[in-house]
Amino acid sequence: MSVLVVAEHNNIILKPSTLNTIKAASQIDKEVHLLICGFQNEDVVSQASKVEGVFKILQLDDAAIQNQLSEHVSQVIVNLSKNYSHILAPSSTFGKNLMPRAAAILDHSQISDISAVISTDTFVRPIYAGNAIATVQSLDPIKFITVRTTAFEPVETSGGSASIEKISMKLEEIATKFLDRKESKSERPELGSARIVISGGRGLENGDNFKLLNEIADKLNAAIGASRAAVDAGYIGNECQVGQTGKMVAPDLYIAVGISGAIQHLAGMKESKIIVAINKDEEAPIFGIADYGLKADLFEALPEISKELDLLNDIVK
Amino acid sequence: MKILVAVKRVIDYNVQIRVKSDNSGVEKDNVKMSMNPPDENAVEEALKLKDSGKVTEVVIISIGQEKCQDTIRTALAMGADRGILVKTNDDIEPLAVAKTLKNIVEKEKPNMVLLGKQAIDDDCNQTGQMLSALLNWPQGCFVSDLGINDSTITISREIDEGLEQLEIKLPAVVTCDLRLNEPRFASLPNIMKAKKKPMEIIEIGSLGIDTNPKVKYLKVEEPPVRQGGVMVADAKELIQKLKYEAKVI
Repeated sequence: MSVLVVAEHNNIILKPSTLNTIKAASQIDKEVHLLICGFQNEDVVSQASKVEGVFKILQLDDAAIQNQLSEHVSQVIVNLSKNYSHILAPSSTFGKNLMPRAAAILDHSQISDISAVISTDTFVRPIYAGNAIATVQSLDPIKFITVRTTAFEPVETSGGSASIEKISMKLEEIATKFLDRKESKSERPELGSARIVISGGRGLENGDNFKLLNEIADKLNAAIGASRAAVDAGYIGNECQVGQTGKMVAPDLYIAVGISGAIQHLAGMKESKIIVAINKDEEAPIFGIADYGLKADLFEALPEISKELDLLNDIVK
Repeated sequence: MKILVAVKRVIDYNVQIRVKSDNSGVEKDNVKMSMNPPDENAVEEALKLKDSGKVTEVVIISIGQEKCQDTIRTALAMGADRGILVKTNDDIEPLAVAKTLKNIVEKEKPNMVLLGKQAIDDDCNQTGQMLSALLNWPQGCFVSDLGINDSTITISREIDEGLEQLEIKLPAVVTCDLRLNEPRFASLPNIMKAKKKPMEIIEIGSLGIDTNPKVKYLKVEEPPVRQGGVMVADAKELIQKLKYEAKVI
C-alpha cells in the first residue's frame, strides 16, 4: 500500500509545507503519491513532478474545487482512501481544517501534528503546548496524519520524476460559499520555513515600531513573527503569530524582542537552533531558554544591532 | 434560533505541566482546572448573539467527569440558559467526542454548534471538523469574526496566509479563535443564579456510541530541557557571538 500526501498550494505555487510532509511520508513508505486538487493547477503539478521522492501525482483540475474548501477536498480524499494505508497533510491551517473532516467521514481517528515517525503505526506528537511528548499508536486501518513541518527537513525540489495521473470525480454540492481571501503580501521569506525569524511582542508598544524589526529583518533576510499579545493588540496581522495557537517555527536563528516568553509562545519557537532574547526585564522567562540574552531597552538595542550588522563584512542570509 | 456550545475542562493554562513518573500521562491530581480558553470565546459569542436578540437559547454541553459540571456552571454564570453533562470517567478522543455531540445535536436540534478551535491539553484541533463531517454540515474553523443572517452566517477565519471569508448556510459548526471576542466575567449574583439553572446529566453508556480508543497513548515523556545560555553585555557582543560563535549570520 502507498502513502498519499495532500499538497498545499494556491493553484500557482506548491507551498514549502508540502515538502516537509513528503519527507515524513517517505519515512513511512517509499511509494509516495501526491494529491493536487484545484483549478488550473498545471504550474503546481509541474513543480511537484520534479520534487524528490514523489512517485505519482494525482491531479484533479476542476473549477468547482478552485478554492479547495474542506467540504470538497474531504470528499476527494474519501473517494481515494481505499488505495492508501496512510494519508498525510501538513499541520497548517489548511491541513488542520481538512484532515479531521476526511477521517471522521470514514469513522477514523486522526493523529495531529506528528514530530517523528517511529513505525508505520506509531508516531510522536507534542501535547500540552510541547510541555509533554506523547508516543501514540494508531489502531485504524488507514492512518490520517497531520505533520509538524518544522520537525522534518524539506525534500529537494528537483531530481524527482513523478508520473502524472489526471483524475475526475463527481463532487456533492456544499453549503459553504467562498467570498474572499486576504493574503498578506510580503517580500520576506515565509515565516514557517525562514532560516532566520525576528519576532516582536508587547514590548514594541505599537505597530509602527515594528519598523525597527523590519530594518534588521531586511539585513538578515529574516521573516517577521509576533507574540499573541502583539497580534491581539493589533500591532501586526494574525498570520505572524508564533505559538501554541499560531504557527510553529524552528529557524536556525530566532530573535525574540520585547517578548516575555509565556509557555504558549515558547511552544511555537523553542525548537529553534539558536534563540536570542532582548528584553528589559531580566526576570522574563524567555531568558531561561535563550542561548544569548541581552537585557536592554529594545528601542536602544535594535538601532545598535542594525549598526553592528552594517559593520560586518558579510552576512550569511 | 438555538445554539449549542461545547466546552472542555482542561488543566488551567497557567499551570506548569508535570509528566507522571511512570510516563502514563500528565499529573492532573490537585491541579487547577478551568474551561479551555477558546471554548470561553465560543460561549461569549453565543451570548453576544443572544444579547442581540438573534438567538433565543444557549445550551452548554461538556463531556467528562462529574467535575465538568463546574465548567458548565461557569458558562451558565456567564449567561447561558442550561447545561448538559455527558458523564464518562474515560479520556475519550476527538472522534468519540464528535459522535457524542452528534447524538445530542440530533436531540437538541440547534441551528449552530460553537466550539473552541483547539483544546490546550491534547492540542488536537479536530473535534469541530469531525462533528461537522458526521452531521454532514458545513464548517467554519478558526473563526475570528462572525456575522449572522436569517439562514446563513458570514465568517472570517484565520489562515496561515491571512484571513478567509466564507458564507455558510445554517445549520453549521463553527470553531472559535481566541481573537473572536473578549469573554465576559461572571458577576457574583449571576454565579448564584447559575446554581439554579437546569443541568441534565446523561451517562455516556446510555447513548450507544462506540467510544473505544482508536489511538493508543504508549507513553508520555518530558520534552528535552533547553539549557539557558549566556547574557551578553551589548549589541556589539551579541552580533559578534552570532557571527563567530554560533555562526548563524
